[in-house]
Amino acid sequence: MNQLIVHAGRKTPWEVIAPNLLLLVLALTAFAAIVYLVFLLASRASLKAQEWLKYLVFLAPASLLLLVGLVYPTIRTLIMSFMNADSSEFIGFDNFVWAFTIPEILVVIRNTAIWVFVVPVLATGLGLAVAYMTDRMKRAAVIKSLIFMPMAISFVGAGVIWKFVYSYQPVETKPDIGLFSGIVKAFGGTPPNWLLEGPLNTFLLILVMIWIQTGFAMVVLSAAMKNVPDEIVEAAMLDGATPFKRFIRITVPMIRSTIVVVLTTISIGTLKVFDIVRTMTGGNFETNVIANEMYSQSFRQMDYGHGSALAIILFVAVIPIIVYNIRQLRLERTER
Amino acid sequence: MRSSQRRVMAAAASAVAAALLFAGCAPAEETTVAEGCEAFSAYTGLEGTEVEVYTTIIDPEAALFVESLAEFERCTGVTVNWNGTQEFEAQIAVRVEGGTAPDLAIFPQPGLLAKFAGNGLVAAPAAVSESVDANYSPDWKNYGTVDGTFYAAPLGANVKSFVWYNPSVFAANGYTIPTTWDELLALSDKIAADGKVQPWCAGFGSGDATGWVGTDWMEDIMLRTASADTYDKWTTHGIPFNDPAVATAIAEAGKILKNPKYVGDVASIATTTFQEGGAGVVDGTCAMHRQASFLGGILVADNGAEIVEPSDTSKANGISVFYFPGTSADNKPALGGGEFVGAFSDRPEVAALQHYLTTPDWNNAKAKLGGWFSANKGLDEANVADPVNKVAVQILKNATTFRFDGSDVMPAAVGAGSFWKEMTAWVAENKSDKAVLDAIEASWPKS
Repeated sequence: MNQLIVHAGRKTPWEVIAPNLLLLVLALTAFAAIVYLVFLLASRASLKAQEWLKYLVFLAPASLLLLVGLVYPTIRTLIMSFMNADSSEFIGFDNFVWAFTIPEILVVIRNTAIWVFVVPVLATGLGLAVAYMTDRMKRAAVIKSLIFMPMAISFVGAGVIWKFVYSYQPVETKPDIGLFSGIVKAFGGTPPNWLLEGPLNTFLLILVMIWIQTGFAMVVLSAAMKNVPDEIVEAAMLDGATPFKRFIRITVPMIRSTIVVVLTTISIGTLKVFDIVRTMTGGNFETNVIANEMYSQSFRQMDYGHGSALAIILFVAVIPIIVYNIRQLRLERTER
Repeated sequence: MRSSQRRVMAAAASAVAAALLFAGCAPAEETTVAEGCEAFSAYTGLEGTEVEVYTTIIDPEAALFVESLAEFERCTGVTVNWNGTQEFEAQIAVRVEGGTAPDLAIFPQPGLLAKFAGNGLVAAPAAVSESVDANYSPDWKNYGTVDGTFYAAPLGANVKSFVWYNPSVFAANGYTIPTTWDELLALSDKIAADGKVQPWCAGFGSGDATGWVGTDWMEDIMLRTASADTYDKWTTHGIPFNDPAVATAIAEAGKILKNPKYVGDVASIATTTFQEGGAGVVDGTCAMHRQASFLGGILVADNGAEIVEPSDTSKANGISVFYFPGTSADNKPALGGGEFVGAFSDRPEVAALQHYLTTPDWNNAKAKLGGWFSANKGLDEANVADPVNKVAVQILKNATTFRFDGSDVMPAAVGAGSFWKEMTAWVAENKSDKAVLDAIEASWPKS
């Protein structure tokens, strides 16, 4: 936040782009040449070898990138989580003992648990409700775009916007710019210092995440609802099912797998939440979450051991969600 | 890979620059004529190069730095890219780790600097070292030195032991400037009893560095209630952080900061930014605000304040400072800080800029633009127009006990971590003195 490039050199945009453009052209040419060469070699191989080459050629680049960008960093982080602050010696499980005994970190873990429970449930629930209500509505696009719009705002941007909404003015004689404070004052109340008071502040931050994610849930679920066959809905109507019953008995079961995907996607996104907390409270006032603390430990306090241990905890926490997601997808496939 | 890429880009950039020159533009003449550029004769052959300066200094202060470097850019042909961000402390490690270290980094604290010694930082060239020897006291050079190697040259300085106040408000109410800590508390009581203004304003908020204001309060008081020797032991963990001497200091700080009669809502200190806190002195919300000398520049630029001599009581928006008093009238320690310019590259244009920033020429030029001073011996007080900074320069030159900001000397895990967080919790969550000190002590790195 507050990144301000005060003076980015006296250059025209073209002067910045030109050398990079040259590099781009060179890189693309080199890439095309390599691809051409690979195909040339492949076409000369025997038919049997071609079968294998096919896999190799298409899988090798992806595997290589995964190896460099995912597998290697994961292993390195795992190793560093068992080492001391500057990664010079092994200290066993000390970093994990630290993470689960220091009260400040326990608060961090508790907050992350609250986030992961509340955000996916509420965002998906709200998205589902809106998707169903607007399913057969005229001009639904207007409502949907309004709800979807926050998706286009970055987390940092959303954090800054909502920080203004929650703004609190301690001096009574000065004007108050906070929307929430304004509403409370209009009804004659005394506003609290929104971002300061726990556990209220954690839920106020969660609200921002829900505000962003509801649009995503709505769009995906709405698309899934479009695939529910009209005949089934009409049959249910003829049988006298109320709209609510149709929703519970037909729509939800028919799009169950999509709901699971949306829930798990939002869960994973929520586990990683960092920008909102960092922008709005900086992790102070008992609002800290694992991802933010991991960043602070590693890159501000330069304790790579603690930071890596937190990263591993986060990683382990994501695994069950992904496993569940994959299981559901497999189940789906065997059913069809 | 990275460096070869950079070389290609640099080559391409200079090719563009050359093309512009050959296109028949006049500047080629101008650089060789070098009108008024005699002072820059040491820096030759740098035309068309660029230096990135990565720093915490952002607008409005940054604009003045850019202005002060215009002559350097004109005479040497070096383009200085000023890249200021409040996230510097967090991002510098990311950039160095990621292999995209800036050319020059302005470190706001020596503790952070030490983290990069032998880890990317280039030892200062002999010319820079000689210039620092000539222009600064050995203390200042020591702060830029890690394990016997001199890395970073001092840049700006600040003095923190100030209380900002509005002379017209003081005059109208008959308040007099206190000379001891007890007098300060007595004055606060008097202002509170009068009920016309709130005695104190405080704000700990500062983006993701929230809490540093609280650490300054602690340090300033620690320097008064304990000896300089104890202060040094405290910052280097010669005594534990929850030592009785530290407990005394935080209790004294609490007499002001945790007293609702003095500061209003204590908890909201944590969500008030330090700029907003200072603004209270200008708009008449409160009578006093403890903050370093740099605050003046911010209040003038953002709040329409005018810095006046303490004797000038005619202006409603006039602000001035008095010395944050010691325990007795002859106990006059000063707490200060400064920035240090370290290089991550040994390219000649980088060394040239690093050297130029240590010269009296630049220091005087920068001081003339206002709101700034340094500990440079060549800095002429006459060039420091600002009454507050004039006082600060005098304090810097005369102080018998001068100590650097303690949290800057402490390991980053404390000085840029738990100390900030715990001071924030101290006001925001009304955490007890003992709980705060114990938590910081527990966070001190073991080895």
